[in-house]
Amino acid sequence: MSSSEKMNALWSYANPRKFLAVTERLMPWLWILSGACLVIGLVWGFFFTPDDYRQGSTVKIIYLHVPSALMAINGWLMMLVMSLIWLIRRHHVSALAARAAAPVGAVMTVIALVTGAIWGQPMWGTWWAWDPRLTSFLILFLFYLGYMALWSAIEDPDTAADLTSVLCLVGSVFALLSRYAVNFWNQGLHQGASLSMDKKENVADVFYIPLLVCIAGFVLLFIALVFYRTGTEIRARRIRALQARERAGA
Amino acid sequence: MIALLIRDLRLAMRAGGGFGLGLAFFLIVTVLVPFGVGPQSALLATIAPGILWLGALLACLLSLDRVFALDWEDGSLDLLATAPLPLEAAVTVKALAHWLTTGLPLVLAAPLLGVLLNLPAPGYGWLVISLALGTPALSVLGTFGAALTVGLKRGGLLLSLLVLPLYVPTLIFGAEVARRGATGMEATTPLLLLAGISAGAIALLPFASAAVLRVNLR
Amino acid sequence: MMPDLGKYADTVLSAYAASILLLIGLVGISLWRGRRVRAEMEETEQRMRRKNG
Repeated sequence: MSSSEKMNALWSYANPRKFLAVTERLMPWLWILSGACLVIGLVWGFFFTPDDYRQGSTVKIIYLHVPSALMAINGWLMMLVMSLIWLIRRHHVSALAARAAAPVGAVMTVIALVTGAIWGQPMWGTWWAWDPRLTSFLILFLFYLGYMALWSAIEDPDTAADLTSVLCLVGSVFALLSRYAVNFWNQGLHQGASLSMDKKENVADVFYIPLLVCIAGFVLLFIALVFYRTGTEIRARRIRALQARERAGA
Repeated sequence: MIALLIRDLRLAMRAGGGFGLGLAFFLIVTVLVPFGVGPQSALLATIAPGILWLGALLACLLSLDRVFALDWEDGSLDLLATAPLPLEAAVTVKALAHWLTTGLPLVLAAPLLGVLLNLPAPGYGWLVISLALGTPALSVLGTFGAALTVGLKRGGLLLSLLVLPLYVPTLIFGAEVARRGATGMEATTPLLLLAGISAGAIALLPFASAAVLRVNLR
Repeated sequence: MMPDLGKYADTVLSAYAASILLLIGLVGISLWRGRRVRAEMEETEQRMRRKNG
């Protein structure tokens, strides 16, 4: 197979019927695999890892906090790619996948924020600190909200897909700008912040392997949810089309 | 292009066009703040730059739904889209008109309101410079938001939800310039970053706004 | 069975509870809406077929 043929084979999944057929076959495996990874990872992390000498048992929150934060960002990136594909190649599935991913990404952002706040309470003595990373996630959540609100506000699906795609592009640029702006802003407030949020450093293997399993679980769950919800969106669109035909015929 | 600008400015100046409303809103917000936080002048001096920036931002937001609404209702937006003038240029002119009728008065009024909030003396120059550099970005971003929501019945609230996150970097750098200026700290770095954001937004966003308008007019 | 969570038991348990509830809620809503839409599509398709056939 030449590379262009391979590309064509890849694009054929953009056909809604083929997408539904393939995901239908994959769905059970994705659900089982993601569920297994999550259960193994979380049970391992919760029951069988030692406490950190400094943070005590709160270190166990890492198994929820880091994977959800990761998926919050990757969810937005995936929406960006899907929006670009829609704007350039006009595949309906990609626009609907972006729409399907937004609530999943938003929930991941909420999980990251909630676990962060709960973790921050005993560690920093406050539920909320305007730490650069926390703040950026809050802003990311606002972007998710705006994106979803725009989708639900517009009747015509193609118009909605176009507008939300452009919003996603512009939003990505400004979300990135906000990230750097927030870094700058908080340094301006108190030099050398004493609240180190870097958990990736000094994470020993005992914590690292269950963490990887949890991350795999979150990634798989994200994929499963997005596939499933995209299928729902495709069907909802088909219902609209059928009903329009019905009205036209009647 | 100039004709369009003059027409827009006339429309805004006319009674009911909304000119001055933003300014009045800015005044009211500034007056209300001391009622909310208490009259201690030291506290007011600390928060003055941020309050003034926030007030200007909200006043800007308030007038955004008027950018395209009138033209949409009477159909002149369709004429604009088919006119020989590229839609990108028309959008830029719209943003410029919005800035001249909303942003510029805010910049000029900010020092007066600074007196009310007990803004420290070195802060005035920085406040005006930061607003002068930042409000164009607010207008351009707002025009993008207005273009996104142009056909919607109750687009006002959605418009705020879409535009406010986009305002975050501008607000951060703008208020930082004003705050550092007021406390006598070095403020050129955030000022340059603010100018960069404004320049980038003015250069690139009209394309996005025009693309979005075309979709909405389809 | 339960590991000793020390003085942070509330913290850890509430973080797990909140996250798992959110995840279950998300999956539940997705599945619920998916089922409904699927049923509605089948119904609509059958109606169309009856009309045309």
